[in-house]
Amino acid sequence: MISTQNENIKSSIQSPQPLIRMKGVKKSFGSNHVLRGMNVELYPRENVVILGKSGSGKSVLIKCLVGLVEIDEGIVEVLGKSIPDMQQEELDAIRTEVGFLFQGSALYDSMTVRENLQFPLRRHAERMKGQDENTLIIEALKNVGLEYAIDLMPAELSGGMKRRIALARTLILQPKIILYDEPTSGLDPITANEIIQLILKIQREFDTAALIITHDMDCARVISNRMIILQDGINYAEGTYEELSHIQDPKVKAFFKEVQSR
Amino acid sequence: MIALPKGLQSYLNETGNIAAFAIRFFRQAFKKPFEFKELLRQCYLIGYKSLFLVIATGFIMGLVLTLQVRPTMIEFGAVSYMPQMVGIAIVREIGPVVTALICAGKIGSGIGAELGSMKVTEQIDAMEVSGTNPFKYLVVTRIWACTLMLPLLIIAADAIGLFGSFLIETTKGNVSLTLYFNQVFDALSFGDLLPATFKSFFFGFAIGLVGCYKGYTSGKGTEGVGRAANTAVVVASLLLFVLDFLAVLVADIIYEI
Ligand SMILES: Nc1ncnc2c1ncn2[C@@H]1O[C@H](COP(=O)(O)OP(=O)(O)O)[C@@H](O)[C@H]1O
Ligand SMILES: [Mg+2]
Repeated sequence: MISTQNENIKSSIQSPQPLIRMKGVKKSFGSNHVLRGMNVELYPRENVVILGKSGSGKSVLIKCLVGLVEIDEGIVEVLGKSIPDMQQEELDAIRTEVGFLFQGSALYDSMTVRENLQFPLRRHAERMKGQDENTLIIEALKNVGLEYAIDLMPAELSGGMKRRIALARTLILQPKIILYDEPTSGLDPITANEIIQLILKIQREFDTAALIITHDMDCARVISNRMIILQDGINYAEGTYEELSHIQDPKVKAFFKEVQSR
Repeated sequence: MIALPKGLQSYLNETGNIAAFAIRFFRQAFKKPFEFKELLRQCYLIGYKSLFLVIATGFIMGLVLTLQVRPTMIEFGAVSYMPQMVGIAIVREIGPVVTALICAGKIGSGIGAELGSMKVTEQIDAMEVSGTNPFKYLVVTRIWACTLMLPLLIIAADAIGLFGSFLIETTKGNVSLTLYFNQVFDALSFGDLLPATFKSFFFGFAIGLVGCYKGYTSGKGTEGVGRAANTAVVVASLLLFVLDFLAVLVADIIYEI
């Protein structure tokens, strides 16, 4: 145990290990070739934004990372372990390290906010050993500023509040990596900005790394350290916001035009 | 290969998929961890929410059956056999089938819509990534709950149906409650009760299975949810008649022996 840990530390000093590594990932649904050789790497403390048109396979891409979608070909590694080769138990273990914020918040309709936050804890109590469940729940709600909503039902919450509660539920197992599937979709600009600020705050406080999917350029600009454009099933272009905004390729420019025209 | 007509092909496909879903249920139904709390909650919801409907239909069923049959029985001079006749009809056939059909409409569509919307809004995916097996938590508990609760609902419907029949009898023919039910239970043998109870478990299983299958595999969008709820009722009702026919067939064979 100890020796392997030392090796891990050594290798991470020499060249930082990516938390997430996708290489040549292919995925088709029947004749619909969604991913055709996608490469993504995510390093510690990084916020990487993935941009893509709707239906381009962004959700499929991040679902591959937690084993919700099985890939056809390629490498998917999270924290150095290969996802497609995993048994159920290993998969459950790695999923506690990776938080997932779903597109429409995906709160459980039939449960209160408290029960929603309890849900991840029921199978992973041992991970949170020694910590009181109630304290964890209240702590998570404090992080998103919604302690008072603890006994409400999801139907009683506004869209922005739902997104925050979903974020609290994602944070409750204290993941190292967070995957955001269009965190600002369906929200008005002011609420969207609040969510963006919250995401930045979480990254500062917990030192997490994040993959953020969006087609909102404002969100991408504020949040990203690096951006990847997903187009035609591959990582079509990569770079910082600045770098990408100067690329003359028409398909890349299309993403930026949208912002100027608004 | 011989090309089958498209309709038949999709029908066979669907049958195969439901069978595969049932196998998946049996694989997981007896494996730990058991979701007891959720099972109890589902039993309560499924039983309690349909109870009023089942009692109301059962009562009316008893009234109508007695009113319809009584004149004929008088004609044959057999009106004193009314309790026996109604008892056998309700307990053996009408109670289970009518109740199951009502429940297919109420419970089957409810499960189809609920699981369908959970699927569409990614709640099922969210369960999966938070370490809970959603098939166990959602599907296994619901199918068990339907299987266990439907016999109880059917017994409730039978009892209230017989009571409704008694009300007609007592106003028209002056029969006492004890005499009426004594006659009913005299007429009913173990051979009537056993197959009836037995098939009601299968009815419950079928309703739960089809509702869960339709919801859990529902297509995208709100349209998918609507279709899941709708087809759950249609397919479950159809399956109920097939099961009923099989049950009667099997019971008949056993009687012969
Ligand atoms: N489970 C599935 N079965 C079949 N097709 C799917 C499935 N999930 C996604 N797709 C298809 O994959 C493509 C990409 O979907 P998605 O990743 O959701 O797009 P987006 O980039 O908008 O998130 C779409 O054409 C969609 O129809
Ligand atoms: Mg998407």
